[in-house]
Amino acid sequence: MYRIIEARFLAPEVKLFRLEAPDIARKQQAGQFVIVRVHDHGERIPLTIAASDATTVTLIVQGIGKTTRLLNTLEAGDAVRDLVGPLGKPSEIHYYGTAVVIGGGVGTAIAYPTAKALKYAGNRVIAILGARTRDLLILEAEMREFCDEVRVTTDDGSYGVKGLVTDQLEALVNSPTPPDFVLAIGPIPMMRAVAEVTRAPGIQTVVSLNPIMVDGTGMCGGCRVVVDGRSQFACVDGPEFDAHQVDFKILSARNAMYRAAEQQALADLNQHPPELHRCRLADAQPGAVTPP
Amino acid sequence: MTNNNPLPPKERMKIPRQRMPEQASAERRVNFAEVNLGLSAALAHQEALRCLHCKSHHCFTGCPVGVKVKDFIELVLAGDFLGAAAKIREDNVLPAVTGRVCPQEEQCEGCCVLGKNGEPLAIGYLERFVADYERQSGRVGLPPRAPLTGKRVAVIGSGPAGLSAAGDLVQRGHEVTVFEALHELGGVLIYGIPEFRLPKDIVRQEVENLTRMGVEFRTNVVVGRTVTVDELLGERGYHAVFIATGAGLPVFLNIPGEHLCGVYSANEFLTRVNLMKANQFPAYDQPIYDCRGKDVAVIGGGNTALDAVRTAVRLGAKTASIAYRRSEVEMPARVEEVKHAREEGVQFVMLTNPTEFLGDDRGWLTGMKCQQMELGAPDKSGRRRPVPRAGSDFVMPVQVAVVAIGNQGNPLVQSATPDLRTNPLGYIEADPDCLKTSKRAVFAGGDIVTGGATVILAMGAGRRAAQAIHDYLSHGTW
Ligand SMILES: Cc1cc2nc3c(=O)[nH]c(=O)nc-3n(C[C@H](O)[C@H](O)[C@H](O)COP(=O)(O)OP(=O)(O)OC[C@H]3O[C@@H](n4cnc5c(N)ncnc54)[C@H](O)[C@@H]3O)c2cc1C
Ligand SMILES: Cc1cc2nc3c(=O)[nH]c(=O)nc-3n(C[C@H](O)[C@H](O)[C@H](O)COP(=O)(O)OP(=O)(O)OC[C@H]3O[C@@H](n4cnc5c(N)ncnc54)[C@H](O)[C@@H]3O)c2cc1C
Ligand code: SF4
Ligand code: FES
Repeated sequence: MYRIIEARFLAPEVKLFRLEAPDIARKQQAGQFVIVRVHDHGERIPLTIAASDATTVTLIVQGIGKTTRLLNTLEAGDAVRDLVGPLGKPSEIHYYGTAVVIGGGVGTAIAYPTAKALKYAGNRVIAILGARTRDLLILEAEMREFCDEVRVTTDDGSYGVKGLVTDQLEALVNSPTPPDFVLAIGPIPMMRAVAEVTRAPGIQTVVSLNPIMVDGTGMCGGCRVVVDGRSQFACVDGPEFDAHQVDFKILSARNAMYRAAEQQALADLNQHPPELHRCRLADAQPGAVTPP
Repeated sequence: MTNNNPLPPKERMKIPRQRMPEQASAERRVNFAEVNLGLSAALAHQEALRCLHCKSHHCFTGCPVGVKVKDFIELVLAGDFLGAAAKIREDNVLPAVTGRVCPQEEQCEGCCVLGKNGEPLAIGYLERFVADYERQSGRVGLPPRAPLTGKRVAVIGSGPAGLSAAGDLVQRGHEVTVFEALHELGGVLIYGIPEFRLPKDIVRQEVENLTRMGVEFRTNVVVGRTVTVDELLGERGYHAVFIATGAGLPVFLNIPGEHLCGVYSANEFLTRVNLMKANQFPAYDQPIYDCRGKDVAVIGGGNTALDAVRTAVRLGAKTASIAYRRSEVEMPARVEEVKHAREEGVQFVMLTNPTEFLGDDRGWLTGMKCQQMELGAPDKSGRRRPVPRAGSDFVMPVQVAVVAIGNQGNPLVQSATPDLRTNPLGYIEADPDCLKTSKRAVFAGGDIVTGGATVILAMGAGRRAAQAIHDYLSHGTW
């Protein structure tokens, strides 16, 4: 069991967790993720490590389906059954000049550690943060701490500029000093749109892909994505790939593979109050196996 | 050893090979419970009576780890089932597992003299019988542990190679920690081989025995990511490392359409069901594509393919087929699995090679374009090479396809350990006898060295490694 030290909502359905995992914390590099299994009957889901200190890792979770909603019912003092990592290749951090980091929704949490590392490498970092509405915007203050510029867009205009992140990106691309590098993390349509904006001017663009995973170690191949016409395992070859080479259509289709089951699981969860599930978590026996 | 057989050889040869009691095929098609139910003591005795007690114990040489077959059969005849189990355990620490999954027809039973004119002695059934008897008696004789040596060994991977090495090393007084990437222990025995062939409780019991003997297990540790081999040997204070990470990287066909929804690797398909219990969704959270009413094709002819196709049957597939590019005689799967699969209604589409997966506009699999093959001259493996027949293309309508054409070594450990020599296929190079690698204090064995092989070979490698590690730790010379 891995203990939760801190848990708080950053926005509706978006919760930050700090978990005790010294081995993972020590090794974590920007761009890497963990696989979490919440309880004894739980599935394995990938979540990016947003930050780490000497003994804990921070995860930021958007509750969209059964597992993430269940996770978001947990509080400090609770524990998750399994936590493994750090997985995936670390982000490639170089000095590019001007780097634009785009975060859509919870993608901002995934982009946060890499944005910080890019700044640390000497880049001028411009963040573009997009959200549907003001309440859903996360990590703005944290990004402002180190970014040279932060632009916010909301779909409904309730905060920042009304519009899409790509509007801001286009403005930057067409400015006298276009960016040298773009990192975009968010919903698939957003990443695809970003790739189209930077393709013609040939600006190096990286996206972090979120295919469905099981083991996260290269064992199952379920996370395969098509990049440059070739099959790659996102959990070991990624999750970051060249945006201009990614086949987003295939990714979208594959991510919908379990939609019926996911909807059923979520409906079940809504019918049975999460308290019930919490009890089962508490009952779960630590077993003969101790975490490292 | 005394001969406990009261019958003269002629009489023994008249006794037919005892049949394994099993769940009826109609019944087992809809459950995941074990198919074989095990021999009773009476059946076991009757089968053991068939042993000719040959002077030249061929059976013994047929077993890759040299289980003293004739001797344990004698003990079965004497009614000393615990003694028989102990006799097997001298050479094989996982008898309840191997009695179920060894390809006996190619090993011990393949060498049995009775097989020359009739059916060989059912050595696997008997091995399983005594191991189950021992387990159910609750009197598994745990070997005594030698005084502590103060030496620490890290074992990477908890498959049969890792488990058997851990058992031998802990007995010799070393401190042993097994690191496992997944959240459950047992390797392929847990995530690959299905419950209906190998109940998971048996594997858990073996792990439990090792825990009682003093082995420490750490799940959720991916060596190469969470910790490296150099850190284990350095700051973590281990004196030796045994790498037993198996051949866990799925090979795909590399044909168009492999990304379509509904196309799985056997590893994913089996892991979702065996490890994650997707067959019990929604009681368990991990789903699997609903196979009910679907046509499922599994590509391959080994144990993995047979396990996948029989899993599909149990998930409610309308049709479940094996598509294999050679003919049935070349199929590497255990004979018993092929028989069981056929009884369960699996169709065998032989000499068939998929060339493309076809999908609809939503990205879902609808069919598999195949070509028919014929067998040409033998290839390196000695099996006749399949060659395509011109103009033989046809489309097999399928909505789920499972690719089970083999695995490669997972490169995670190797890529984080640059001074570990690997061969062009990505497997770790190790001395076949002492299992030493190119890196001091690091040993490797099982599928990560040989490529996908068998449980008994992995177990044997684990035991040889334990011996070599013990020698190294005792003398300190590499
Ligand atoms: C490398 C990586 C890093 C990620 N980091 C974060 C993060 O930091 N914060 C965050 O909130 N989310 C993150 N995600 C997404 C997160 O894993 C999914 O939202 C989560 O698995 C959904 O599970 P669910 O049961 O709640 O929802 P479900 O109802 O099961 O699924 C909702 C959607 O999530 C996706 N999904 C479902 N199961 C999985 C799975 N096992 N693996 C991956 N995706 C799945 C599917 O596209 C599905 O349509 C990341 C994904 C990847 C691949
Ligand atoms: C579906 C299937 C059916 C089979 N049926 C049979 C059969 O009937 N009879 C038979 O004899 N053989 C069978 N085999 C083959 C047999 O299971 C293998 O040869 C045997 O399990 C190999 O043992 P191993 O210990 O080398 O590796 P594995 O059993 O593969 O175990 C390796 C373990 O190492 C872990 N690991 C990998 N990388 C890391 C890492 N970096 N850090 C930590 N842990 C790691 C893995 O998660 C795994 O648990 C079958 C195989 C499969 C896949
Ligand atoms: S371990 Fe396998 S090959 Fe050896 S005697 Fe037992 S069943 Fe036969
Ligand atoms: S998640 Fe299984 S191979 Fe990537």
